[in-house]
Amino acid sequence: MTTILLAIVIGLAFGVVLDRIGATNPTVVGKMLNLTNLNLAKTILLAIGIGSLLMFGGQMLGLVDVGHMSVKSAYIGVFIGGLMLGTGWAVAGYCPGTGVVAAGTGRKDAWFFIAGGLLGAAAYMVTYPSWKAWGLLDAVAGGKVTLGTVPGAKYDGLTALPGDVLGIALGLALIALAFALPTRMSPKAPGMLPAE
Amino acid sequence: MLLNWKTGGLLLGLVFFGAVLLVKPIGVSTQFVILDGIIGDAIASDLVTRTEDGYTSTNAYLAKSDGKYAKAVSNPLNYSFVFVAAMILGGLLSSRLRGGIEKGEREIPALWRANFGDSKVKRYAAAFAGGFIVLYGARLAGGCTSGHMMSGMMQTSLSGYIFTLGAFAAAIPVSLMMFKKEV
Repeated sequence: MTTILLAIVIGLAFGVVLDRIGATNPTVVGKMLNLTNLNLAKTILLAIGIGSLLMFGGQMLGLVDVGHMSVKSAYIGVFIGGLMLGTGWAVAGYCPGTGVVAAGTGRKDAWFFIAGGLLGAAAYMVTYPSWKAWGLLDAVAGGKVTLGTVPGAKYDGLTALPGDVLGIALGLALIALAFALPTRMSPKAPGMLPAE
Repeated sequence: MLLNWKTGGLLLGLVFFGAVLLVKPIGVSTQFVILDGIIGDAIASDLVTRTEDGYTSTNAYLAKSDGKYAKAVSNPLNYSFVFVAAMILGGLLSSRLRGGIEKGEREIPALWRANFGDSKVKRYAAAFAGGFIVLYGARLAGGCTSGHMMSGMMQTSLSGYIFTLGAFAAAIPVSLMMFKKEV
């Protein structure tokens, strides 16, 4: 019962925050992906960095259970699937999480995204044996690995570097990148007035 | 009114950290499969079946990893499924608190309208097709923006970096080609 209560509390918080950072608005997502307004990218980088700092820092202090980590396997299909997700993300302006939250905010197109998503997931369920047979789901570089070796974790490290220290260093690097990233990377369209 | 990136990034980071502190890393796309399984099992009740030591399915994907997904299909009141349901409520709550979204924008987002016009059919078809590719890709990859990109990179997992590279390598060129007019 506690876990269901946590699911409700964390799920609600995640939904509210995704909406308030603009990730549920296809215009905000589109402006990030066509490089005209990178504020959402800065938000995401900062969030990952802060998450890393707190998680690995907490692990080092013994406050965060290393056993809660859940590392996914690396295989060729991860990259191919990433390319597909990126394509659909650019077209629709939604990814699975933000599409679901956007539907909750009242966006009607998001319900069509979800319907398409259910069909796409079903298509994968049916075609899964082929991907497996082609070997595209076979682990590469050790499969479920972290970049360093995290003390006490059930996952191997790609390198022998201390995984918690590396995690904090990468977290800081992502935060620095969030600050360094310009708000706009694309030249102004001809004839467009500068913003503000 | 959106949060500025510093406040928003801090809050989003706290949610991802809170999830891994209290339960496990956030992930969403698996639940599309679970809902498909629930619908499928309602239509053909032999899709998911109970075994002596768990659950299995006639579908190889639902049956994989000792019937992990088959079990979730049979028990929808589990953490991950309720989590995604709560996300929808979070969206509803947030949109109510900021006064809702105007009707035109609810149907066609501004950037789409500027580039592709006022056809609802066109927008809904694109959202549907986009959803299909996104979820097919997410299941092939084994996760989505939440599970692979955010939770994965946070944990310094190799797969999270591979996924993120693939996602942006496709998303940026496609977006640059599609959305040339600015709003």
